[in-house]
Amino acid sequence: MKEMIERLGTKFNIKDINEHKDNQVFLTAEKKDLESVILYLKEFEKYDHLTMISCVDYIEDNKFQLTYLLRNYNNNADTIIRVFIDRENPTMTSINELWAGARVYERELKEMFGIDFPGCPRVDDAFVLEGWETIPPMRKDFDTKKYSEETFFPREGRSTLDPTEQMEKKMYPVEAEVKKSITKEFRENSK
Amino acid sequence: MEPIWNDKSDLDLKSGKYVKIWQGPQHPGVTGNMSLEILLEGDEIMECKTHVGYLHRGFEKLMERRKYIKCFPIVCRICVPEPDTNEYLFSAAVEDLAGIEIPERAKWLRAMNLEMARLGSTIMGLGGQAGAFGLGTVGQWSVAHRDLILDLFEELTGARIYHMYMLPGGVRHEPPAGFEDRLEKILVKTEKIIYDIDKVMFNNYVFKSRAVGLGVIPKEWIKPFGITGTTARASGVKYDIRKDDPYLIYDQLDFEVNVGSAGDVYGRTELRKREVLLSVDLLRQILKKMPRTGSVRTRIPDILHWKIPAGETYVKAESGRGEYGYYMVSDGSEYPRRVHVRGASYTHAMALLEKLSVGITNADVFGLMVSLQTCPPEIER
Repeated sequence: MKEMIERLGTKFNIKDINEHKDNQVFLTAEKKDLESVILYLKEFEKYDHLTMISCVDYIEDNKFQLTYLLRNYNNNADTIIRVFIDRENPTMTSINELWAGARVYERELKEMFGIDFPGCPRVDDAFVLEGWETIPPMRKDFDTKKYSEETFFPREGRSTLDPTEQMEKKMYPVEAEVKKSITKEFRENSK
Repeated sequence: MEPIWNDKSDLDLKSGKYVKIWQGPQHPGVTGNMSLEILLEGDEIMECKTHVGYLHRGFEKLMERRKYIKCFPIVCRICVPEPDTNEYLFSAAVEDLAGIEIPERAKWLRAMNLEMARLGSTIMGLGGQAGAFGLGTVGQWSVAHRDLILDLFEELTGARIYHMYMLPGGVRHEPPAGFEDRLEKILVKTEKIIYDIDKVMFNNYVFKSRAVGLGVIPKEWIKPFGITGTTARASGVKYDIRKDDPYLIYDQLDFEVNVGSAGDVYGRTELRKREVLLSVDLLRQILKKMPRTGSVRTRIPDILHWKIPAGETYVKAESGRGEYGYYMVSDGSEYPRRVHVRGASYTHAMALLEKLSVGITNADVFGLMVSLQTCPPEIER
């Protein structure tokens, strides 16, 4: 693990190295280097399993942190590469040529964070949300509570706790009214 | 070299040769709620696109608004058949960030819980696989048998489906008196039902003729598509996180990783049958080696005002369907800044299914889908 970081450090500008566990290291690479770093790890250090691509929104620094998690099956080591990109018009190089599975992650990031990956096939197709018009929902400035209050109307509560009465009123309003009046009349006559 | 995934289709849709149909989101063959947009020529699939989004509940976003302990009712709902993996991983990520070491007995109880969940989910998966090929009897047996395991869960945790037994710092409480004997009885029953399933399903002409050679995943596809778990092991990749990167107490258990070679639907199902027997074996070992004394929980700070130190971590575990992982980022406040769930069937269902279903018949696509152990809630989160 240590030798790998040293070898990587001689070739690329990496910083913030944090050896979290014995076989897990977090490091930050520069945006322009990212494709070369990943390709180097894949081809020469046998990090050939892409576990996932994730994103963290650092709204106070006006940055997105993209996280690439690579696994080496031979020594069970995880290398996690962080890349910071601008929050305005975020764009990133696509790595879909290296791993076919990366396409799904990139498509999801495009939808949930609005990060564009030019060249990735079907990246503009809707993944989960169809017809979404406001800002991408996983960004920190998206207010879930405000959105749901504006979009969905509140359901009115029940006037009665008796389920039979409730369902009668809901499904057969006229009949319920007639039944109620007959019952009322019957009670009055029987007095 | 020909690219593995060529998505430039040169099909002339206006030629009148093709029919486009939608299977799902509500279809008895589809697992969960997800739909397949299938382009057919006769009965042969020419193109398949998967569509998710029918189960999206925004869990990752909701977790950012909740305190750590309040996320527990959410994380277990990410995967319905196997919620314990989510609970374990969320607790493990919190413990990792906060630097908490859990007691020895809690580790064993957690492993027992995880193996029981794997047992239930894998048996139900076997039944689903049989049902997709028309053997409804096996499906009924397996669901009925899973109910016995759910009874055990009810006894252990108080809940049948979403248990919330594991918490940061250990597990909730001790198992009730006599629990181990009752678990052993269910294990004996499990072996018996696997014997029956073996006879009815794996020697069945209909099942064999449809499943053998269907949806073959070559070994070279495992890494480009990020395939893990039983799906990868059935294609001959010997990798199991329980063995290769052990968590909890799996390094103290004695077992061999199951590997197949065929990589088709039959091979994957056969491997899952062996996984059930492996789980039974592991549960017996756990019952035998588990320490009987000691606390099950360590003290944690006031959970409603618990500030987790800033940092980030990734924890992983082997679920019944593949590698499950949680990537958690904390900024030192009471709320998580980001929780990313790496679902086991995320790439299986989206990328791989689209690729594999080309060239097979419309009737076989559901058997293929079940064999990839698709679970839509963990794709959408």
